[in-house]
Amino acid sequence: MNLILVLIGGLMLTAAAVAMSLRNIIHSALLLIGSWLGVSFFYLWAGAEFVAFAQVLVYVGAVSMVVLFAVLLTRRDRQDVVVAPETRTRAISALLVGGSVAGLLVSAVLGTPLATGPAETPTLTVKDLGTLLAGPQAAGLLIAGVILTVALLGAVVLAATDSGKEDAS
Amino acid sequence: MTATLERLPLLVRDWITGFFPEPVRWLVSGLLAIVAILAVFGLYFAYLTLAERKFLGRFQNRPGPNRTGPFGLLQPFADAVKALTKEDIVPQAADKLLHFLAPCLVVAFGLISFAVIPFGRYLIPVDLDAAVLYFFAAGVSSELALFMAGWASHNKYSMISAMRALAQLISYELPLLLAVVPVIMLSGTLSTSKIVVAQGGWTFGIIPHWNVLTPWGFAGFFIFMIAAVAETNRSPFDLPEAESELIAGHLTEYSGFKYALFFMAEYFGMSALCGLGVTLFLGGWQAPIDILQVVPSYVWFMVKLSCVIFCLMWVRATLLRLRIDQLTRLAWKFLVPLGLINLGNAAFWHLSADWSGPLQIVRWAISAAVIVIPFVLIGRTLSSGLAPRTYRYAT
Repeated sequence: MNLILVLIGGLMLTAAAVAMSLRNIIHSALLLIGSWLGVSFFYLWAGAEFVAFAQVLVYVGAVSMVVLFAVLLTRRDRQDVVVAPETRTRAISALLVGGSVAGLLVSAVLGTPLATGPAETPTLTVKDLGTLLAGPQAAGLLIAGVILTVALLGAVVLAATDSGKEDAS
Repeated sequence: MTATLERLPLLVRDWITGFFPEPVRWLVSGLLAIVAILAVFGLYFAYLTLAERKFLGRFQNRPGPNRTGPFGLLQPFADAVKALTKEDIVPQAADKLLHFLAPCLVVAFGLISFAVIPFGRYLIPVDLDAAVLYFFAAGVSSELALFMAGWASHNKYSMISAMRALAQLISYELPLLLAVVPVIMLSGTLSTSKIVVAQGGWTFGIIPHWNVLTPWGFAGFFIFMIAAVAETNRSPFDLPEAESELIAGHLTEYSGFKYALFFMAEYFGMSALCGLGVTLFLGGWQAPIDILQVVPSYVWFMVKLSCVIFCLMWVRATLLRLRIDQLTRLAWKFLVPLGLINLGNAAFWHLSADWSGPLQIVRWAISAAVIVIPFVLIGRTLSSGLAPRTYRYAT
């Protein structure tokens, strides 16, 4: 059982590490998607199949498209897709930002009291999850939905600035 | 007799797994399911291509393939040999690994979605609690493979076509999901086998309780099928490939068996999506009338699946290919609003479940009106000003 966990973890981390070291940004993006797929394998291993499939649906299906479209639409030509080796300032700023995010995450993990010892495996069906989401957790779900809608509207506003010049068809 | 026929696949499975020691039996039965899907749907794919060519031929008043074997029955194998022996050309500038990986992934993602479709009463490869979610998770992953095909070809036309194809797939994902949600709402489960069981039973022994025979289900089925046609890149929505105008789009740089693999994936995807449509709306493996239950359930499933696929071929032979703007407009301005209205309709159907007697008629009338009136109104608004057509350059 633990061997599988090690394999999944290895897959995730290797994919992420190789994604960071590659110069070709599309390859990096595809490897990042592989890493997300690894996360969903981890959820499957842990018995949370609903979360695993949602992870595939959202990350591999939707977020990956956003990443790939962003890469393709912001680069002028294919040669530009290959990023030049970083300068010192870029390395320093990357280290700063990455380090602060990592510090935040690690401190959050360390600061959370985690129950250790053998825990009971909860037997949650999708139906239970649905009732939970639509009942006690409905507020959180709605807030997340509103935030996403606002983000979507913002994206539309940003993207639609220069469409006034073209004749509406 | 009927019970034996019904359990026949299980008996065969148990007979084969009986040859193996106890600890590996689960593995053998899993592998058997995979082999069965590959064999059955591999052959089904082969003969679908033949049936499609035959039907298209008949629709266009010509005989179709009839030289290879009796009635052209060996044509698929001739095609397979042709595709296998063709030269496999990889562009020099292509991203070799991704160029190779894309057709493999596209077939793999097409195949894994078969895992959750209940083919018969006892015949479901994996009975998952979140089966519908699994199906769509597998479906969206194939978009990635499509992008890889376009990008790895190192050809700007392939790339543009891949982006167009992605725009189409993403646009039609929404009505597809919106059509599925009412079914999940009313059966209260994401498991495909339970959705089929929920559609069991007959009124007077002849009218089945399938979802398609309710107002919301009827609308949902049509939205689902239109979106399914678009999701599988079939005519009239086959403009990602559009061989006569776009030199096959993102497949431009593919040849030989890799090219055939994309078509294989298309047919697998079509079979799987139609299978899901049959499962969700047409009662899955349930027999249409009570007394016809003597026929095994898996036969009913395949009959329904073949009928739905035949309708898709009929559509392909009848309708013209849409333009990209017409295609996206159909999705965003017509199917998505209708899908949302249908969601409300399903909610009304759910809340009025205990109405009886004359109220039952009111329930049907309201539910039908809720979907028909917007259909007519939106349709009229969208098509106003489009007819009669004027020809500027042709006289």
